Amino acid sequence: MTDTIVSYLAKFGPFKDLLEFLTESYGANGPTLFAFLIFLVGVIIIVTILSTIGGLGTYAERKISADMQLRMGPNRVGPYGILQFLADGVKMLMKEDIVPKDVDRLLFFIAPMLALTGVFGTLAVIPFSSGFTLTDLNVGVVYLIGISSLVGLAIFLGGYASNSKWSMLGGMRGASQIISYEIPIVLSILAVVLLSGGLSFGVITRAQGGWPHEWFIFHNPFTFIGFFVLFIGSLAETNRAPFDLPEAESELVSGYHTEFTGMRFAFFALAEYIEVFVVCGVTAALFLGGYQVPFNLGGDTIWGQLLQLGAFFSKTLALYYFVIVIRWTLPRLRVDQLMTMCWKYLIPIALFNLVGAGVWMWLFKGKSLFVLLFKSGTAAAGIH
Amino acid sequence: MSNLDIYMPILMLLLLGVLLVGITVVLISKVVRPHNPNPVKEQAYECGEDPVGSAWSLFNMRFYVTGLIFIIFDVESALMFPVVAVFKSMNEIGLGGLVLIELIIFITILVAGLAYCWRKGDLDWVKSYKMSEDSKEGTGIEND
Repeated sequence: MTDTIVSYLAKFGPFKDLLEFLTESYGANGPTLFAFLIFLVGVIIIVTILSTIGGLGTYAERKISADMQLRMGPNRVGPYGILQFLADGVKMLMKEDIVPKDVDRLLFFIAPMLALTGVFGTLAVIPFSSGFTLTDLNVGVVYLIGISSLVGLAIFLGGYASNSKWSMLGGMRGASQIISYEIPIVLSILAVVLLSGGLSFGVITRAQGGWPHEWFIFHNPFTFIGFFVLFIGSLAETNRAPFDLPEAESELVSGYHTEFTGMRFAFFALAEYIEVFVVCGVTAALFLGGYQVPFNLGGDTIWGQLLQLGAFFSKTLALYYFVIVIRWTLPRLRVDQLMTMCWKYLIPIALFNLVGAGVWMWLFKGKSLFVLLFKSGTAAAGIH
Repeated sequence: MSNLDIYMPILMLLLLGVLLVGITVVLISKVVRPHNPNPVKEQAYECGEDPVGSAWSLFNMRFYVTGLIFIIFDVESALMFPVVAVFKSMNEIGLGGLVLIELIIFITILVAGLAYCWRKGDLDWVKSYKMSEDSKEGTGIEND
C-alpha cells in the first residue's frame, strides 16, 4: 500500500469514525469517498500554503537583494513591507489584460495555465513529512521529472504564442536550456536512487537519517559532487540567475513573458517562485535527509510530524535563501557558456558520479564514508 | 481505498491549476480591470519601433541539434531508471557486480555517443566547420 495522507490520517480517531460512517452509508464507495474528501482538503491546504510561500518568495527576493545592495527594499505595505506580495497581487488583478493582435490566442491563454499546472502537479509527491505527503507514489521521482517538464513547455509556448521577437528568442532559449539541464538532474537523481533502492520519495528519505552524516550528500564523494550537479541543474531548470537567459531582462526585455500582462504574468511569476521552492524541497529530500529528525524525535505523534515539517521546511528554505543570494551575486552566463557548462561539464561529471556511486555501493556493500571511517575503525579496535 | 485512489490528488492538483488560471483571468480579473484597446497598444512590443514581420520565422539550427541529442540522452536515462532501482536489492543478494557491469556497458555506449558529438563539434554553440575536418590549426577558432 502506498503511503498517502489518507492512510496516515485514517489511523486517528475522528477520521476512523468518518471512514466507518462513510463505509456504512455508501458501501464499497465509502473508502473512495473518504479518500476524495481528505485529498480535496489536503490539496487545497497545500496549494494555499505553497502559493503564499511563492508570494513571500517574491518579497524575500526583493528584501534580500535590497539587503545585499544596501537598500531598504519594500517597507510600506504592512510591517516591514511583508504584505507587499498581496498589494502586488491586487495590482496585477486590476491591470489591463493586453493581448496583442498577432498572438496565437489559444496558446497565449494556455501557456500560463500549463506553467501553473506543471508546478502544482509536482506538489503531489513532495514529502513534507512522513504523514503529510499527499501521495507517495512508487514512481515519485519519475513522475516529478515528467510533470515538471510541463513548465518548460509553458515557457516555450508562451514565447511562441506571443509572436514577438523578444518572446520567441526567450522561449527558444528556455526550451533548449530546460531540456539540456534535465539530463544532469536525472543522472544525479539516478545516483540517489541507486543508493536507496527505490523510486519513491518516502523510500529515498527513509534510507537517510536525521544526522548530517547519514544524509546522502555525505554518503560518499560521488554523491557530494552529485548534490552540486543537481543544485546547479535545478537553478537552470527554474530559470534562476545565473541561468536566467529565457527572461534576461537586460537583453530580451523580459524574455518569454514580454507580452504577458496582468494576471497572466502573475501566474508565470507565481509558478516560477513555487517551482524554486519545489526544486529546493526535492534537493533537500534527495540529498539532505528530507524530513528526517535526529533520534526520530516525537515518533509518529502529531509533535513528531510537526518536527518533521520543521526539518523539511528549514532545509528547503535554507536552500531557497541560497538560491536568492546566488541570483544577486553571479552575473548571467552567455548562451554558449550555458551549453558548454551543461554538455561538457555537468553531464560527464554526472555520468562519472553515477558509475562511481555504483562502484562504491558494490565495493563497500552500501556503507557510507562515515561508517567506513569511524564505525569500522572502532570495530577493528575492538578485535585487538 | 482502491489502487487508483492514490492518483486522485494529482488529478485534483492539475484541475486546480487549470481552474485557478481560468477563473482568475476570465472571470474575476475581467470584472475589475479596465479594457481600452487601441492599435498601438495591440502591437508586439519591440522597444517602441514598429515591428517588422512576424516572429514566427526560421530559427537557429543549434536548437534542433540540442533537442536531438537531448532525446537520445533522455531515453537512455529513462531506460536506466529500472536498472538503478533494483541495484540495491540485487547488491544485497550478491548480484551487484552483474548489474553494475550492465550499467557500465550502457553508460559506455552513452559516453561514446557524447564523445562523438563533442568531437564533431555539435556541443559547441558556434560550430566551426573547419574543426570537423581535422584542421583546427590556423582557424583562430578555439574550442570554447
